[in-house]
Amino acid sequence: MLKPRSIEKFAKFILWCAALFTVTFLVLVLGFILSNGLPKVSWEFLTAEPEAMGAAGGIFSTIVSTVIFTVTTLVIAVPIGILAAIYLTEYISKGPIAGAIRFGTDALAGIPSIVFGLFGFAFFVVILKPVTGGWSLASGALTAAFMILPTIITTTEEAIKAVPDSYREGSYALGATKWQTVSRIVLPSALPGVMTGVILGIGRIVGETAALLLTLGGSLYVPLSLTDPASTMSMHLYKVAMEVGAMDMAFGTATVLIITVLLINISANFIMRGLKRRTTT
Amino acid sequence: MHESQVKIYTEDLNLFYGDNHAIKNIDIQVQENKVTALIGPSGCGKSTFLKTLNRMNDLIPYVKITGEVYLDNLNSYNDYDIVELRKRIGMVFQKPNPFPMSIYDNIAYGPRTHGIKDKAVLDEIVEKSLQSAALWVEVKDRLKQNAFGLSGGQQQRLCIARVLAVEPEVVLMDEPTSALDPLATLKIEDLVQVLKNNYTIIIVTHNMQQAGRISDHTAFFLNGEIVEYGATEEIFTVPRDKRTEDYITGRFG
Ligand SMILES: Nc1ncnc2c1ncn2[C@@H]1O[C@H](COP(=O)(O)OP(=O)(O)OP(=O)(O)O)[C@@H](O)[C@H]1O
Ligand SMILES: [Mg+2]
Repeated sequence: MLKPRSIEKFAKFILWCAALFTVTFLVLVLGFILSNGLPKVSWEFLTAEPEAMGAAGGIFSTIVSTVIFTVTTLVIAVPIGILAAIYLTEYISKGPIAGAIRFGTDALAGIPSIVFGLFGFAFFVVILKPVTGGWSLASGALTAAFMILPTIITTTEEAIKAVPDSYREGSYALGATKWQTVSRIVLPSALPGVMTGVILGIGRIVGETAALLLTLGGSLYVPLSLTDPASTMSMHLYKVAMEVGAMDMAFGTATVLIITVLLINISANFIMRGLKRRTTT
Repeated sequence: MHESQVKIYTEDLNLFYGDNHAIKNIDIQVQENKVTALIGPSGCGKSTFLKTLNRMNDLIPYVKITGEVYLDNLNSYNDYDIVELRKRIGMVFQKPNPFPMSIYDNIAYGPRTHGIKDKAVLDEIVEKSLQSAALWVEVKDRLKQNAFGLSGGQQQRLCIARVLAVEPEVVLMDEPTSALDPLATLKIEDLVQVLKNNYTIIIVTHNMQQAGRISDHTAFFLNGEIVEYGATEEIFTVPRDKRTEDYITGRFG
């Protein structure tokens, strides 16, 4: 028989190995991409239009498209997601309708993105073409909004549930209405949690390719309106790597993509903090 | 107890949590500008009764209430808008529950929800309420700081100030000092003595000395019923009911 002390040591060793493995792997992936990609990244690369299907030139239009696409998607999904979560938790939390909606969002969360893409193509690109312009930022953003809605709803719900009931009681006891309590006390307290959902959502849509290949159109020009087709960095990366075969361009794009995701997360955090300050002072 | 006017009274008040009959046939008259203490063993329905007065139980879907509650001779459940009722009957909870915002905003929260936007008016309300709650001197230089930075006793006085800011007529207090140290408790007790000049106060307490020290009338609750209600002096010196005597002398509960 092994002594508890030995088991303890062994367990510690295994845990340490797992942690080391994770960190090593992360460093390896990031290091590999950055070492291959960074040399490619230059002012020229960032500001020039793609040429020859992306084999030459820069990636300017895809950076612009990624930012516009992400912001548009969030503008659609975040308010709807937050309001839906408020309705679910504060207004109908235990009813059968809430149960049905929760089942629906859970199911939605598990659907592969290519299926969302197919729906987006059939519905937004084809049927709603007069409105969305067919393959376009609008079609892509609407599709992506559906994809991240479940994440945002679920995380917001969790954040709202974590707000202590004593806050609500204090507010009601002062004569505040339900909506006043929700909007002035509950939501501001839940904002950090909501932020988590938003960041997860950003991560998912910025990295999305499958659904966008079917809805966004893949144009390499700078989109001038939401009804114009576009190409995000992820889509572009896929195309230059698999169809054009320009690996250096792919690594360069990947590097910029990583940095962009970082920047978007930081600014999202910043905006949310500003919101929190504004609602609580 | 005829010296002053009746502020709140109930008629055959019953409350059920589903099948649990928590409040039974309560008839009580609460005097204006007096301190009324509610005492009794844990689970006897003191908090529940308190919450029937400002209709906090309305938040719980499986609660059923029969009988009547009157505030200033108007029916609390029929004649008042719930917002209006809660403006007139403030509540302080067992655990201090400041909102996660600045001291200033905590106090201004009530007035703001009731439509006051003018900065000068709010400033004045904040100062006056903090003065009344004996907290102004301690916090006047850090109104913009988060309320969580205050001590437990200060937080509770902040919650009292928050209630006073909406200018209620009645203040309900549910064991307001049970989470506080003796010194902070004393401050709240002193405060209650001052506040009763302008407010009608109903306070739940497990502390017999406290009830004796600060209240004018005392109601002894047991299993959802009021066993005995009268002048505090009498309840504590010559209780009429054996159960009251047993409880007060610490023989059970
Ligand atoms: N939200 C609720 N749902 C169901 N039952 C409740 C609820 N709140 C209280 N009860 C029940 O009602 C009865 C009275 O509870 P209440 O909290 O009013 O007692 P209390 O006198 O305030 O006790 P304590 O001194 O411990 O605070 C108890 O049996 C309790 O279990
Ligand atoms: Mg209680």
